[in-house]
Amino acid sequence: MSHDVPSVSLIAAFAGQFARHAKALINSPADVANPLLFFFMVVTLFPLGLGPDPERLSSMAPGILWVVALLASLMVSGKLFASDFEDGSLEQLMLSPYPLAILALAEVAAHWFATGALLALIAPVFGVMLGLPSEGLLVLTLSLLLGSVCLTLIGALGSALTVSIRRGGLLLSLLIIPLNVPVLIFGTTAVYEAVVGGNWVSWLALLGGLALGSLALLPIAIGAALRVSVDT
Amino acid sequence: MPLLTAHDVGIERGDRRLLTGVSLSINSGELWQLVGANGVGKTSLLRALSGLARLGVSGEVQRHGSLLYLGHASALKLSLTASENLRYHPACDVEACAEQIAAALAEVSLSGLEDRPVGTLSAGQKRRVALARLMLSPASLWLLDEPFTALDAAGCEWLERRMREHIAANGAAVFTSHQPSRFGALQRDLDLKHHVA
Repeated sequence: MSHDVPSVSLIAAFAGQFARHAKALINSPADVANPLLFFFMVVTLFPLGLGPDPERLSSMAPGILWVVALLASLMVSGKLFASDFEDGSLEQLMLSPYPLAILALAEVAAHWFATGALLALIAPVFGVMLGLPSEGLLVLTLSLLLGSVCLTLIGALGSALTVSIRRGGLLLSLLIIPLNVPVLIFGTTAVYEAVVGGNWVSWLALLGGLALGSLALLPIAIGAALRVSVDT
Repeated sequence: MPLLTAHDVGIERGDRRLLTGVSLSINSGELWQLVGANGVGKTSLLRALSGLARLGVSGEVQRHGSLLYLGHASALKLSLTASENLRYHPACDVEACAEQIAAALAEVSLSGLEDRPVGTLSAGQKRRVALARLMLSPASLWLLDEPFTALDAAGCEWLERRMREHIAANGAAVFTSHQPSRFGALQRDLDLKHHVA
């Protein structure tokens, strides 16, 4: 039983944690640039590997862009809580009087802005590089914006589960990739439909539903997983 | 009402039993030092008392009121400045304005370094940033794990004074240290060698 009377409101605590991680990310631009650079390099490799046939490239572009975005997200969000675990921030987070789910969500949100949202906004440039028809560019950004919410949250859950395991990399991929599959399918289908002039709205709606569902449920799982990881 | 009571606490790490039968009751105005050799389980007991460790902890721990825990890791983000680290501390228990944070950092002799990234400070200075929370937190019970490490003589003296003030103001503190009885008659010792399983 504890009678903690928080001296800060929950919203202020959320904003404080968001600011903490946003500032930390701004101060280390290499961490923000890393996934973008990865995205850029892998996308430029595809025309070299597949040959310069624009027809073939543009028909494969939605799939290529989405898979590379998924890998870039996996690369970053899988290590989301690693530094917090090492420097003791997670212990302090456990002791805060606020729901862990909300505070963890603040951190995930800061990461999403720095990686997922940024990637979605830059993606059309890479789309043009691969010859993605212009009808698909807007939907590519929208689908990545919604999809990266899911990808970041799922990655954060994987990170929370494996953060205390010394070599958790393989386990992490095994945990996360199956969960990412529906997001990938809905995302690429939305872009394909936009390119062929089909009904892309319903696929985006499905993706939006997934994003809202993960936003509502995954923070609770992330909080519980963090609690277990700290208690080792 | 005591700030913290522990009844018959036992601690297991992995398949090894560390401690057994630890009972204590910490009232306001009390200062406890956990004494014991390396590896006896001082940190584990402190983590159990704070509620961070539950796995492998038997017995009962009850806390009343807010607590401040300072572990070996100081929860500082190296790319943030000293004042940002305090303002956006993950324990979210302080609502301090910029002046209060500057005053707390001045108190630990870090004036002028408020806006330097913590990564550029020395180990002792980082420790001081973490200890500046002792000036800002409203918590009545302090659990401090080796608070005197990495501090110079002046720093140790400051911390000792600050802990005395806290006790005098009806707070309570539990700390671990290898230096014996710094606080003389003020402190009570809990020697863990009597509780080794």
